[in-house]
Amino acid sequence: MTKNETSPETMSIFSPALSARFDKLVGKYPLRRSALVPMLLYAQDEVGYISDAVVAEVAARIGITELDVRSVASYYSMLRFKPAGKFNVQVCTNIACMLRGGYEIFDTFSEKLGIGHKGVTADGVFSLEEVECIGACCWAPAIQVNYNFHDELKPENVDGILAEYRAKTPEGGR
Amino acid sequence: MADVTITVDGKKITAPAGALLIDVCRKAGIEIPAFCYYPGLSLQAACRMCVVRQEKVPKLQTACTTTVAEGQVFFTETDEIKQARKATLQLLLGNHPLDCPVCDAGGECELQDMTFKYGAGESLYAEAKNHRDEQQWSPAVFYDRPRCILCYRCVRMCGEGMDVWALGVQNRGSSAVIAPNAGNELHCEECGMCIDVCPVGALTSGSYRYKTRPWEMNHVATVCAHCGDGCKVTLGVRQSSEGAKIIRADNRDKSGMNGDFLCAKGRFGFDFVDSEKRLAKPMIRNAQGKLETATWEQAIRVAAEKLSAVKSASGGEAIGVIGSNFATNEEAYLLQKFARTVLGTNNIDHARTADYARFAKALAGKPGRSAGIQDAAWAPAILLVGGDPTEEHPLLAWNLRTNARLSKARIYIANTQSIRLERQAKATLKVDDYAKLGEMLAGKGNAFAEAVKGEEKLLVILNGDVQGAALDALLKWGLDREGVQFALLGGAVNSRGAADMGLLPDSLPGYVPVNEPGAFANEYANAPKKPGMALHEMLQKKLGALIVQGTDPLGELGVDGGSLKDTFVVVLGAFESATTAVANVVLPASTLYEKTGTITNNFGDVQLAQKAADRANVKPDFEIIVRLAGAMGVDVRTLVPFGKHGLTADLGQSRGAQAGEADRHAVWLAANNLEPKLSPFDPMALLDEIERLVAGYKLDRLNLFAGNPAKAEPGFVPVSALAGSGTIQRATAGLFTTPGLSQYSTQLAELAEHESPAKAVAAD
Repeated sequence: MTKNETSPETMSIFSPALSARFDKLVGKYPLRRSALVPMLLYAQDEVGYISDAVVAEVAARIGITELDVRSVASYYSMLRFKPAGKFNVQVCTNIACMLRGGYEIFDTFSEKLGIGHKGVTADGVFSLEEVECIGACCWAPAIQVNYNFHDELKPENVDGILAEYRAKTPEGGR
Repeated sequence: MADVTITVDGKKITAPAGALLIDVCRKAGIEIPAFCYYPGLSLQAACRMCVVRQEKVPKLQTACTTTVAEGQVFFTETDEIKQARKATLQLLLGNHPLDCPVCDAGGECELQDMTFKYGAGESLYAEAKNHRDEQQWSPAVFYDRPRCILCYRCVRMCGEGMDVWALGVQNRGSSAVIAPNAGNELHCEECGMCIDVCPVGALTSGSYRYKTRPWEMNHVATVCAHCGDGCKVTLGVRQSSEGAKIIRADNRDKSGMNGDFLCAKGRFGFDFVDSEKRLAKPMIRNAQGKLETATWEQAIRVAAEKLSAVKSASGGEAIGVIGSNFATNEEAYLLQKFARTVLGTNNIDHARTADYARFAKALAGKPGRSAGIQDAAWAPAILLVGGDPTEEHPLLAWNLRTNARLSKARIYIANTQSIRLERQAKATLKVDDYAKLGEMLAGKGNAFAEAVKGEEKLLVILNGDVQGAALDALLKWGLDREGVQFALLGGAVNSRGAADMGLLPDSLPGYVPVNEPGAFANEYANAPKKPGMALHEMLQKKLGALIVQGTDPLGELGVDGGSLKDTFVVVLGAFESATTAVANVVLPASTLYEKTGTITNNFGDVQLAQKAADRANVKPDFEIIVRLAGAMGVDVRTLVPFGKHGLTADLGQSRGAQAGEADRHAVWLAANNLEPKLSPFDPMALLDEIERLVAGYKLDRLNLFAGNPAKAEPGFVPVSALAGSGTIQRATAGLFTTPGLSQYSTQLAELAEHESPAKAVAAD
């Protein structure tokens, strides 16, 4: 049993906006712990990954153990325990995307970025993931970069997508 | 609930509606295999082993979640079901190594048994097994991940059963693993319950693993030597060069009053028997003032001669006797009988941990007011005053948690501090002083008091730190009400027995005052009638001789050994201590795990302790005391009634009902269909005498010898009993500490180190 002595208010690693979002969220469920999974997703978006501090804070805010949080979080592949790149490229390889060349898209990203599944580039700009269905089957093959979709892709589109995002980094203009 | 009739495999079974099919079948003798189902814990339905066919239902049903209703028809052992179970086993064995011969659980593994039964030795799965390395989570708990079948028993036992919640399940599918609460380490109460409930060899015990095989051990049921809850413990014993060695302790057969429960001390703290501080040989202090080893005959002779000399020179009052909280009832009884009838002194006491004399005085003449420890698991309402059972009385805490969880018991807690059991409590009350509690409960207007008074049946559990007027007030408050039962919590394993057996300067066994001995007048010829000295007085008064049995008064009370410079000190003990350092004669004694006798727990439940381990050259205190008496020239038959014609002498009755009767003990034995015991060293001979003479100890022997508790009844204590005087000094026990015993256990020291605040994550 671990319970943090520090109160959520004094230790928070969440922004005020996220804290407010959390407080609103827990009120919507009959049980506080029902807010756990959405809370972890929002926290991941803000912090970048489920760090030890995120686990501790979410546990303290809900009133469950850190072990409980880890048990739930480790079940879901969309929650990560290590930082991803600034742009996380998620390539769908489920049936529709696979049939329309999802693996070629994945392999092309892998080759261009020099990283494999769950890899992060040395400069921390990109990370690559093979993911389950992202709900864009009609426009397969599809990928998701952070929350942006790119669909009906061919391997030759990959360079353009990477350039588009690289341009958004501070060094990208050069 | 109303009974319903169902048909299982063509057999009609009547059971309460809503009962779980698996329980109903098992009670009716129909075996349903299950890995995840564990009685008393929440349902998991994870393992799919208990599937059965229910008529008119399209799919196989899990017996562990099916509740019975009128007219249902089930089949539990058809070819279809066998095939389903075999397929389940093949899946479970998909990643499970098939190396039973090197697995620690081999021979007592449920998966192994099932694989033999359903013949899933060959598998359709040809993929390589997913191997991962074993982890050590704590000194007590190891986890071998590939062996785990994810039944969740450990997770539920730790959370629901122990209320510790230190185990969880991480990841999913075939990569799912059981995970401890601190990364790769486990910080918890180290009770080891998870190891016991594990059906396979995934969780193994640091103290037992890879030492032996279950079939190579003798399994001896005895009483745990630690706290006053007195759990039944099964010791696995194997032959060794010394005699017989204890390899493990558990209670997997779920027998006795504690069911499957044992705490860290019971499970891992048995190694005090092998402590380096064990006394191995008798010793006598020689002319140079050094202790030198001697034979038993020499040591007994020296002690007996000196005791006789002191007695004839200065009388019995010049001799003191200090008994133990760790000895059996028979030994405590024998020690005080020896002191009173052979030495002629009432200077006899023990380190008291609760005021049992005051408790008995209050309950005297009021039978039915004393509860057993199992009542804590069944009572509808409980008032817990003082102490922290989670730390000091783990079985009591387990019973209270179980009761709150399964039977919705209402627990009321009055305490000076905040305790863990508050999580199960209906109401809590912070008090500054227990002295005011009795008055407060009797008064009006307090919500806590009103709730407690609203209970028709109430079990009041008083911790040993409730003493004196506070204890009196609470007992009086409860005794004035109908349906209130009591328990008073002492410290060590036989603290209650030591007091019940009369290791007190002013009371004979059963709290009979020494100056009004009643029936004891005939039995204890020449026993002094004047109350003797209490423990502290004996240590200060520079007595001629002092016998110390099974305790270390100098070390525990911090008394300077110099005060015993001119006293002839005889120590009967198992361990080297501050007291043996000043002793003139040291007689090495057996520990509780090396002898037989009865033990009375906090609640007055009497249980049988049986000899498990054996050690060369040490003797039970019982035998040592008998031999001391023999060497002092006493007819030992007057001390221990043994042999067919035990006491043939006329006991002085010339008139009345017992006129001419020569041997009351033999008459009592005949009346109770018991045989005389043949050895003077047989403690059961004294159990007979205790039953005959101690009013509260009318024991149900069938239960006692079957390993169940037999209840002692303080209500039969004579109303003339004295509340007595003398200090109650409590050294508080903890999860890994039993004052006077745990310092000799290396395993408990390791666990305490692992869980010390500096290393542990903030434990709740």
